[in-house]
Amino acid sequence: MTTLLSVDRLTKAYPGVVANDDVSFAIEPGEVHALLGENGAGKSTLVKMIYGLVRPDSGSMTLSGEAFAPSEPRAARASGVAMVFQHFSLFEALSVAENIALGMENPPKMSALSNRIAEVSQAYGLPLDPARLVGTLSAGERQRVEIIRCLLQEPKLLIMDEPTSVLTPQEVEILFATLRKLREEGTAILYISHKLEEIRALCDAATILRLGKVVASCDPREKSARELAEMMVGKVLHQTKSAGQELGDAVLSVHDLSLPPATQFGTRLANVSFEVRAGEVLGIGGVAGNGQDELLSALSGERKSADHVFLHGDAISRLGPTQRRQIGILSGPEERLGHAAAPDMSLIENALLTGSVRENLAQKGFLNWPKTRSFAERIIETFDVRTPSAQSAARSLSGGNLQKFVIGREVLQRPEVLVVNQPTWGVDAAAAAAIRQALLDLAAKGTAVVVISQDLDELMEISDTFAALNGGKLSAKVPAAGLTVDQIGLMLGGAHDMEVADSHADEALHA
Amino acid sequence: MIRLEKRPNPSRLWTALTPVLAVLLTMIAGGILFAILGKDPIEAIRTIFWDPLFNEQFAAFSRPQLLVKAGPLILIAIGLSLGFRAGIWNIGAEGQYILGAVCGAAVGLAFYPSESPLIFPLMVIAGALGGWAWAMIPALLKIKFGTNEILVSLMLVYVAEKLLASMALGALRNPEGGGFPGSRNLSQHPGTANTELFPGTGMHWGVVAAFIAVIAAYVLLNRHILGYQIKLAGQAPRAARFAGVNPNLLVAVCLGLSGALAGLAGLFEVSGPAGQISIDFNSGYGFTAIIVAFLGRLHPIGILLAGLLMALTYIGGELSQFMLGIPAAAIQAFQGMLLFFLLGLDVLSNYRIRFSGFAAKGAS
Repeated sequence: MTTLLSVDRLTKAYPGVVANDDVSFAIEPGEVHALLGENGAGKSTLVKMIYGLVRPDSGSMTLSGEAFAPSEPRAARASGVAMVFQHFSLFEALSVAENIALGMENPPKMSALSNRIAEVSQAYGLPLDPARLVGTLSAGERQRVEIIRCLLQEPKLLIMDEPTSVLTPQEVEILFATLRKLREEGTAILYISHKLEEIRALCDAATILRLGKVVASCDPREKSARELAEMMVGKVLHQTKSAGQELGDAVLSVHDLSLPPATQFGTRLANVSFEVRAGEVLGIGGVAGNGQDELLSALSGERKSADHVFLHGDAISRLGPTQRRQIGILSGPEERLGHAAAPDMSLIENALLTGSVRENLAQKGFLNWPKTRSFAERIIETFDVRTPSAQSAARSLSGGNLQKFVIGREVLQRPEVLVVNQPTWGVDAAAAAAIRQALLDLAAKGTAVVVISQDLDELMEISDTFAALNGGKLSAKVPAAGLTVDQIGLMLGGAHDMEVADSHADEALHA
Repeated sequence: MIRLEKRPNPSRLWTALTPVLAVLLTMIAGGILFAILGKDPIEAIRTIFWDPLFNEQFAAFSRPQLLVKAGPLILIAIGLSLGFRAGIWNIGAEGQYILGAVCGAAVGLAFYPSESPLIFPLMVIAGALGGWAWAMIPALLKIKFGTNEILVSLMLVYVAEKLLASMALGALRNPEGGGFPGSRNLSQHPGTANTELFPGTGMHWGVVAAFIAVIAAYVLLNRHILGYQIKLAGQAPRAARFAGVNPNLLVAVCLGLSGALAGLAGLFEVSGPAGQISIDFNSGYGFTAIIVAFLGRLHPIGILLAGLLMALTYIGGELSQFMLGIPAAAIQAFQGMLLFFLLGLDVLSNYRIRFSGFAAKGAS
């Protein structure tokens, strides 16, 4: 059998950074090949070159023995390469079939297309109603739309970029069943992830990138997750540890909070109740789009409500963000650029964004720039933010460094309650570890910490207690110690009515 | 192939250099335009930019005109720039300018023929309030009903023009004017005149107010939390809400402030250079100020310089019509070019130009 795709000495440089340096590897037909690496290791650039979005500076590729140099994604698709992106490009107000038709060169009649969609989705255990509006679908179902869009092209090579970051454990199982079926049919899969257990469970081969170079190739089934992680990071990983101290009294409590969605396809919060005690880290798990943003904005004060939120028993629901900061409730939203920080403003100005009240950076409305500057510099120094200076624009920082800055900004203000949403999303392993450690240290000093995250490993690592957010409803909170992945999965709503899919997949496998 | 590449940080050098470059390019392109019209381009450019200030024959008349014309432009543009920075688009400064003039003039005329020194300060307050009130209409509609302030403020300009005409013909008409439209002359009556402070300079109270506004806006934007919130709301609205900025309050403050400043400009004009309320009192300062605000990059000092430059092209433009017979439309096209080149060159401060044979395609 000839090699399906071979990549030979690809190099791609951007100003100031070599994204891919002399990268070579090969994929066999029917192989699930993992591409491993930290953020910024060059995974995205590499697959963009294979998919024709970016042209290499030098090097060559062959596909099924023929020279392969796609000048645009259309050419790559024509050669049998398909890609499912991490961020979906779907129109919420259109139906599944319409969305799929939009991505096709020559879409067939809508009725014929709907039949094809139904066929493919049944065959691969991914049931999907072609007539449903995408806006009403869960993240897992949206991903199925993208996958089916690719499968309709009958690709030889399917590229998947971080496909499980939006899925519950049960949904991941269904996806894996589909991928395994594709592999049996001879389709090769290039699987990008930094979730090591998944890769060990699914992949036949792995290429590990670090700083744009291939540092290792291995069979992931023969390595431990820890060994893989160390190859990826290039050093021995530092483990975070909580102090495990006694918890204090309840600080923040939420009773029966309901909030209508802010946008048409937002999530309604329904009867959310919980309380957090001093020194406690409450982990709130859930797949994105299940009310995380809404919950954060109700706690930060961006959205007000009737009397449902209490600090030390006092109702605070009607206070805005500034007043809440004054009494010690600080927060870190998910979106770094544009929400937690203003992209074009300097780090000094961004330090002022949430720090003006508690750090006394303004007297009678007049700003104290020297004091603001030293606050920004203190954040940079304490949290090891890599930046040329405090005057750099927020958008010039890498994701991990900016995240360290925005989390550090809140931590240094000695909050009584800190609420963070996806604190380590898209952040490299070393920065993520530093952020988690900072949250644990804060809890050790008596702050009540609420961590909203999709990353269950992260929550298990740092939480004292765990609750699941699903469809705008919050489960009762349970101690985190001793929870298994299956239990968490069920708390997260299981497979979101995808059990049907499971049985279909089984039938298909046994057929 | 030419490729644009986003700079990690905006270039300070280019931010400062692009206005100069834009003026130079306007001179070149404008010169070509004038040459096509059969005029000597060098002479035309000299007539526009040089003669108003330094020609022995005209400078004595046109030099004071520079401040007279720049004053209202700067005053209005400063107000507009605050809103523009916050993403609040007051396009109706012309209407607020008219209302300021009408209200201020009405107060002055109400006390006629008194010559008390208290009248002029009262007129100033009435002018500011008139402009403020007119701007609060789009502000309140936006806050209460979410209407688009661009449309409402623009439409109100036409309402204001009708109101102006009715005032000139009715309530404020000069009873001793023999039936002609237009009010009494305010600038020739001691109690209501906005006098030239230093003879031969064109400096009147409106110019003083413009300079004060420049300094106040500079302090506001660089040293005050409100200025910070204005910038934040314009650059990252979601981050502004996160920081605790109340968007409705910002709408009211920005529209109200720009309306008040436009109203002041109208009052100083009607009591000084224009002299009286007439049907065609307004001459487009409120619209030109939008160009001035952007030409000055929404920065107070930039607006000061842009206002002076714009005033110069106005005076020089009139001079070139008079001296060289260049059509008024060509002068307007020339002024338009200035804005065009400035906005076009803006790209240089945020992007770097790369020339390369094999340019990679960006992500779609």
